[in-house]
Amino acid sequence: MAMKKSYKGLFYAPYLLWLALFVIAPVALIIYYSFFDIHHQFTLRNYQDFFESGTYLTMTANSVLYAFLITLISILISYPMALVISRLQHRNLWILLVILPTWINLLLKAYAFIGLLSRDGLVNSLFSFFGIPAQQMLFTDTSFILVAAYIQIPFMILPIYNSLTDISDSYLRASSDLGATKWQTLTKIIIPMTMPGIKSGIQIVFIPSLSLFMLSRLIGGNKIITLGTAVEEHFLTTMNWGMGSTIGVVLIVSMVVVMLFTSTKRKGRRA
Amino acid sequence: MSNTIIELKNVYKTFDDGFTALKDISFTLNQGEFYTLLGPSGCGKTTILQSIAGFTEVTSGEVLFDGKRINDIPANKRQLNTVFQDYALFPNMNVFQNVAFGLVVHNVNKDEIDQRVHDALKLVQLEAYANREISELSGGQQQRIAIARAIVNRPKVLLLDEPLSALDAKLRKDMQYELRELQQQLGITFLFVTHDQEEALAMSDEIFVMNKGQILQKGDPVDIYDEPINHFVADFIGESNIIPGKMIADYQVAFLGHQFECADAGMRPNEPVEVVIRPEDLVITTPQKGKIQVKVDTQLFRGDYYEILAYDDQHNEWLIHSTNATKDNAVVGLAFGPTDMHVMRYNESETKFNSRLESYED
Ligand SMILES: Nc1ncnc2c1ncn2[C@@H]1O[C@H](COP(=O)(O)OP(=O)(O)OP(=O)(O)O)[C@@H](O)[C@H]1O
Ligand SMILES: [Mg+2]
Repeated sequence: MAMKKSYKGLFYAPYLLWLALFVIAPVALIIYYSFFDIHHQFTLRNYQDFFESGTYLTMTANSVLYAFLITLISILISYPMALVISRLQHRNLWILLVILPTWINLLLKAYAFIGLLSRDGLVNSLFSFFGIPAQQMLFTDTSFILVAAYIQIPFMILPIYNSLTDISDSYLRASSDLGATKWQTLTKIIIPMTMPGIKSGIQIVFIPSLSLFMLSRLIGGNKIITLGTAVEEHFLTTMNWGMGSTIGVVLIVSMVVVMLFTSTKRKGRRA
Repeated sequence: MSNTIIELKNVYKTFDDGFTALKDISFTLNQGEFYTLLGPSGCGKTTILQSIAGFTEVTSGEVLFDGKRINDIPANKRQLNTVFQDYALFPNMNVFQNVAFGLVVHNVNKDEIDQRVHDALKLVQLEAYANREISELSGGQQQRIAIARAIVNRPKVLLLDEPLSALDAKLRKDMQYELRELQQQLGITFLFVTHDQEEALAMSDEIFVMNKGQILQKGDPVDIYDEPINHFVADFIGESNIIPGKMIADYQVAFLGHQFECADAGMRPNEPVEVVIRPEDLVITTPQKGKIQVKVDTQLFRGDYYEILAYDDQHNEWLIHSTNATKDNAVVGLAFGPTDMHVMRYNESETKFNSRLESYED
């Protein structure tokens, strides 16, 4: 018996090791570093700075706002797309096509967009073809949000698509049998039943969107300073690891908050 | 007829893959009656319900509701409701919201919704469960909620797709009574689907026996049980002994080398036929008194009767229901009267069968 038990423990070992090395240790290190200043002295200064200086708070507000917009836009585009794809005959093929772009490196995609959106890029050429004057599109908030949403859409579509395909046809039949129009079925049955998919989509998209420093540099033209850019700045440029870690801790905490808000609670009896 | 509520006229259904699930289905349903579609799995029962409910388009033929063609009317505009085999209760809503759904989508005002949901729940004896979640209900309770939800819109016709198949034997029996009572109380037409012949016999005013996309026989339970049209129906509706024979003349049939007086007529002389005798119509007597002699093989005690399996000297199997046990391996006689036999022709159409029966009965 005892032998068996220790064997069982062995199977968990790789997982526990992975967890310890790549999840717990880095988080612990970030928290640890956040209590040291640039001269390796223990301090609470970093947190004080963060919450007292207007810059960091505006930055946080900005990050949250951008992440919110990116998430919202990707939901608005992903939900109808997932809905259509889940009704198609070769839906597995179509969903594969949606996932395909995620296999391409983020940097490559960013450069592709620079090519498309720049002053003499493809989009402006098209505009001029229709007699519309060239637009400054690169390095604007709009282009940053749209490109970020484009990158995140596959991650939003997938969980929504999965929860859509989980809905049995008989619910939809029952709904229309009872007299519901297509729209009523969508709003009263399909959307509520795919809430878990939407929530996990939000979890997957919102957090990374808080810190898209590469995109905010390349597409947002460094005008948009999010928490992600600030972390990168502190670690690589100013070498203030303590402050960088503090922002990291804030990001982790906000991640936990989002998880709590979007976690699907086991449905209990309603009051 | 004036009180016809639903009529199917020569309905065919061929699926995209070329499979024809319904072949020339025609029937009429009258207001306030209990109809049952009975047939083995895959014979097209659900497909018929779906063409009436509007979930599938028929390939040809007409579906009429209240005399009007409804082939092209979408499901949500058809004034009939369905109780689904898996109930399809919405898991994101509680009992009240589920039952209220049909009223909410029709923008009924709140007071009336409360009243009608209450009434519907009362009808299925679950008034106290309005605030329960669906996951907190037993199978039987879910089944009743599904019925309450389907009748809250006051449909003229209720379609029920094997609603009792997920229940255990005891609850199933109870629900058979309740459903029948409910149907009579509401006075609406029920079209009930089952592959359980006992259920069909117990509940229906009229049964449609189906096989392979066709309706083989329509009739009230007693007619179908006593006078099945062919081998398939006889075998499917209850247990039966089916023996090949020959119709010597009207009221004279021969099988197993003997000639017997029977109650059937209207066939060609010497036409090959099949003879059905129900196990409960066979009486065990002494070999001398019996019309046929068989050797008892096994007997099973079934509670209210013994089920006895025996073989005649031509190795035909005989099933006998008897209140008394006999001895294993004993040779016994089987007695039966002319009306205990029912003679069936091979490949007789339902129209011909019915007119032949009418020609000599009464
Ligand atoms: N969408 C479809 N495409 C092709 N064939 C189908 C389709 N739906 C049903 N069928 C076929 O049509 C036949 C009838 O199906 P149906 O569901 O009506 O059977 P049923 O009598 O309700 O059976 P059960 O008692 O098992 O529910 C079956 O052979 C089935 O395989
Ligand atoms: Mg079926």
